[in-house]
Amino acid sequence: MRAWLWLTTRSMANRRLSVGLAVVSIALAVTLLLGVERLRSDARSGFANTLSGADLIVGARSGPVPLLLYSVFRIGDATSDIAWSSLEAIAAQPLVKWVVPLSLGDSHRGFRVLGTDGRYFAHYQYADRRSLAFAEGRPFEGVFEAVLGAEVAEALGYRLGERIVLAHGAGTASLAEHADKPFTVVGILARTGTPVDRTVHVGLAAIEAIHLDWSGGAPIPGLGLTAEETRRFDLSPRRVTAALVGLKTRASVFRMQRYVNEYKGEPLLAILPGATLQQLWGLMAVAEQALLAISALVVAVGLAGLVAVLVASLGERRRELAILRALGAGPRDVFLLLAGESLLLALAGCGLGAVLLFTLTGALGPWLEARFGLVLVFQGLQPREWLWLAAVVAAALVASLVPAWRAYRLSLADGMTIRI
Amino acid sequence: MSGTSALDIAGLRFAWPGQPPCLAIEQFGIGAGEAVFLHGPSGSGKSTLLSLIGGLLMPDEGRLRVLGTDTAALGASARDRFRADHLGIIFQLSNLLPYLSALDNIGLACRFSRRRREHAGEVAAEARRLAARLDLDPSLLARPAAALSVGQQQRVAAARALIGRPGLVIADEPTSALDAERQAGFVDLLLGECQASGSALLFVSHDLSLAGRFDRCVRLTDINRPEGAS
Repeated sequence: MRAWLWLTTRSMANRRLSVGLAVVSIALAVTLLLGVERLRSDARSGFANTLSGADLIVGARSGPVPLLLYSVFRIGDATSDIAWSSLEAIAAQPLVKWVVPLSLGDSHRGFRVLGTDGRYFAHYQYADRRSLAFAEGRPFEGVFEAVLGAEVAEALGYRLGERIVLAHGAGTASLAEHADKPFTVVGILARTGTPVDRTVHVGLAAIEAIHLDWSGGAPIPGLGLTAEETRRFDLSPRRVTAALVGLKTRASVFRMQRYVNEYKGEPLLAILPGATLQQLWGLMAVAEQALLAISALVVAVGLAGLVAVLVASLGERRRELAILRALGAGPRDVFLLLAGESLLLALAGCGLGAVLLFTLTGALGPWLEARFGLVLVFQGLQPREWLWLAAVVAAALVASLVPAWRAYRLSLADGMTIRI
Repeated sequence: MSGTSALDIAGLRFAWPGQPPCLAIEQFGIGAGEAVFLHGPSGSGKSTLLSLIGGLLMPDEGRLRVLGTDTAALGASARDRFRADHLGIIFQLSNLLPYLSALDNIGLACRFSRRRREHAGEVAAEARRLAARLDLDPSLLARPAAALSVGQQQRVAAARALIGRPGLVIADEPTSALDAERQAGFVDLLLGECQASGSALLFVSHDLSLAGRFDRCVRLTDINRPEGAS
């Protein structure tokens, strides 16, 4: 056995270019496969962790998935909003424990601005019922005060006391800025690994104040109110984008959902966040599976490359096989020699692929989090990933039957006669 | 091994599937430690005979004993082991694994056979001793086999065939790639070493000029009469 391992490694070292390329192609395929798998599971757990502890999410009537996406994940925009009076009616229901209003639509240098009130900091929960915590400072109290998510503060280098200007709209290149009404940073939240980290939080009154002199998404010409002047107006909110609703008992969730959906004042929609997330995964499953299938195909291409390298090498190795036969190797030994070589190459490819995966997640993790809010957990190989690697090695062994069988046939036919 | 003949063939018949018989040998033998020169035109069945002796082919009929063992009675893997233990084989050309050093190539036979490893004692030292006896400069031994000249390669192959003192050495036209002067030198070295290690030698060639150096010269067409076989 040791003699065979010694011979195999020496023989592979002799063909290091073609063998090395085969290993690299397998490694790249494995990195892709594991990377897709890791992105998928980390995206799922990231989304699940964001679910905010709310029993219901209420918004204007649209689809459940868009409502979930814009209210909790800050993806996409609301098509309509809801009246403050509707929200008060819901809050007054005996089954309701708390309501957190959410007002979206503005941004600051690419980060979304969320208008809410103190109840947000009290009731918002993420990842296993953890509440929001302040890394520095306090919740907003005055109109022109802001609380930053951890990522916003870090990416823009903001500290407490910083003066910031909000922009109308959610794009990264907003032209219309509320430059005349700057905000002061009074608090920075601890990191959560959820979209909260990428959000600028202000009071609902602030949202009203910066839009007082606006109409239809643009400033009203000639009506420039200063921050001081806005304080003379009634800044109580009239409309919000959505609301998180917590109930006294979970058992009443369907009754409350029906109440909201049948609300007479305006068309509303209430969703159960967990159920809607499942619906979202249902929609995503096709794309996920397509991605996974493509990665599996890439692995198949890598293995086909491995088989091609081994089969091509058999031509020049026929002589080697005949010498080994003369020295006492049986056809079975020749078969095992080739299969063992595939195994070694597949193992090397998997090892290199895992190293590449770790390097890439280490290098790209911060960028993915900043750009897409996707938090990659830096961790060792998971049971599921070990299974994938085992599947790749098993597939390599099955694929190696092709060159191994061919070598077996050749060595039976050639015996110890050298044919070149 | 003295007393047991190295090779004992009687009433041997062999035909490739679907073809007329190509070997029919009534009687052929090699004594222990005897050096026999076997010659015949190409196509006369030399390679087939060597494959039969090596245990890679099975005779259809007859007796074939190598060093007293009826190899046809052994299982396939036992035959492979027998070949590793008792036969040293030298090919016409390219005997060596190009990616191993000359020294590793010589020692290779001992990696596949415990018996030959035990007979060789300290394998590397024995390989060096044989190489020196075969006139190979010690500085060549660390070089990869592919870097050696054809003559040097054949002497390395001879050392590999001889290491661990196998009972029978088979050489299949080992000198055909060498010029006349080197042919004689190679054969003398091979004969000397076979004698020293007590191995019988079956030397196959079509070049009769070498025949005089052997104990006995046999023409294959004299002992093989396949047309009378059926």
